Amino acid sequence: MKKLNANTGNLFLITALVLFMASVVFGFLGSLIYRYPEFLRDSIGLSGLRPMHVTAAIFWILLAATGAVYRSLEEIAKQQNYKLLQFIHWALWIVAIIGIYYAYFTGNFGGREYWEYPPEFAIIIGLAWMLFLIVFILRVRAIKKWPVYIWMWLTGIVYFLFIFIENYLWVIPYFRESFIKDMVIQWKATGSIVGAFNMLVYGTAFYVMERISKQANTGFNNWVFALFFLSFFNMLFNWGHHLYLVPTNPTIHYVGYIVSMTEWVFFIKILYNWKSQVTEAEAYYHYFPYRFLLAANFWLFFNLTIALFMSVPVINLYMHGTHFITAHAMGTTIGINSMILLAAVFYFLLPERKSHQSRWLKIGFWGAQVSLFVFLMALMAMGVVKSLWFFEAPQAPFAEMMERSRGWIVLFIISGLSLMGSFLLLGLYLIITSFRQKAVSLKKKLEP
Amino acid sequence: MIPCMSRWIPITFVLLSAAFLVFSWSIYFDEAIYENKPAEYDAEMQKQGRLVWQKYNCHVCHQLYGLGGFLGPDLTNVSEKGFYYLDAFLKNGTASMPIFELTEEETQQLFEFLKATNASGSSNPKDYRKLWNGMIEQ
Repeated sequence: MKKLNANTGNLFLITALVLFMASVVFGFLGSLIYRYPEFLRDSIGLSGLRPMHVTAAIFWILLAATGAVYRSLEEIAKQQNYKLLQFIHWALWIVAIIGIYYAYFTGNFGGREYWEYPPEFAIIIGLAWMLFLIVFILRVRAIKKWPVYIWMWLTGIVYFLFIFIENYLWVIPYFRESFIKDMVIQWKATGSIVGAFNMLVYGTAFYVMERISKQANTGFNNWVFALFFLSFFNMLFNWGHHLYLVPTNPTIHYVGYIVSMTEWVFFIKILYNWKSQVTEAEAYYHYFPYRFLLAANFWLFFNLTIALFMSVPVINLYMHGTHFITAHAMGTTIGINSMILLAAVFYFLLPERKSHQSRWLKIGFWGAQVSLFVFLMALMAMGVVKSLWFFEAPQAPFAEMMERSRGWIVLFIISGLSLMGSFLLLGLYLIITSFRQKAVSLKKKLEP
Repeated sequence: MIPCMSRWIPITFVLLSAAFLVFSWSIYFDEAIYENKPAEYDAEMQKQGRLVWQKYNCHVCHQLYGLGGFLGPDLTNVSEKGFYYLDAFLKNGTASMPIFELTEEETQQLFEFLKATNASGSSNPKDYRKLWNGMIEQ
């Protein structure tokens, strides 16, 4: 017990890495069904594989961000407090994960998109999250002046809890009386909850960046605070762009439209910072936490460009309901969130630069970037095919439209395979090397 | 950071949170009926039908108003094709869709739910008008 809870932050990070690898494997198996529809059709099928993939991907983000927050707070406070509470927090997650995957493998669903497990498991996750909030507050209350990342983590934790509860309002029959109201609440929660866990992820990015570049001022920079509030504002109010086609109160559409347009500020700021980043990259390029942060910045630019187009309703009309949406979702979770979290995992589990001189790491890193680019291009090409099909007259049957995408689906599967291989390489390297380093340091301690 | 800015951080945080709560409240208790088509359905059964949709993970492959999976077509307006059209797919499956063993009651509840989605409007992008300000509407 004493050993196990010695560092709960690391336990979260390693559990997250296992989920990350599971997510890419389930995702790849699911992708095969688009080309070979009879693959696993009468057993687990896409209706089982997609929830397994999505749940593992979301939990990877949540658990890696939690581990990064715990490890960061340890570094800030230079001590480990509330170990038992943190261990119970981790144990609750393990119980939830085992229960959820048991339910999935036995064909027991009942939840909604992205949260398909039976809603009873949400109680365990909710309790775990409440414990996270309590531990976080206990640990940060002694810090007098909060840098931006502490504000971001607090915002992420509090709002995730609120929105996670909102996400389950459907269990009350009142909220299912009107199909449209129910759908608005569902996509309000879905849109905002992504913003909430992005707060945890971006807060981690700021923290790791500050530590790498040793510029202690980053966390108190006025610009950084301004961008934090703009992200917060978007998290609360920009979700309406998911619902442009849903016939509801027009105020929801207009609020989503106007608020989404403020994201241009992020876009311009990225372009403005580009040159200084290139100079910095020369100094830190061989250090993988930095390299992953740099990659995340590229994917942020890429995804923000798609997001800005999608946020304009007349353009959204041609992209909505097509694979452009999947490209955007995948680009964000893989390109931005996963790259930042991999930077954090490298920073906390393998902090020494000498651990980063590996050919395997380079292959994994570049394999992931190139595969992701091809993967997103294939998805967007499938999106174009579907968009053209929407507006053709007379409209061909759905199956014929799918057949037109055949070549792009094959490319999607091949690039997905390469993406899976690259991420498995990185994940296994991280786990094996960190355990090996632990074993070496333990051996040194035991030597007389 | 400019020293006077630090006290604005918690104030801005609270103000934005309050605005969010008011906006959320107005959505939770919005009593307006958003229906664009004269379609009749059983209100109680459609509520149960929503749960059937979830139990069998229909959203993994199908969409409602373009939101959901991409392996199958959008089903917002599928009820216009009638109960037996839906029933045939559920009982026989297709190359990519397994046979779902729904009970008769579940099939009926699912159909009532799909009648409710159909009553709300059309999910066909061709049925939307483009406005001067970049907005769209049915």
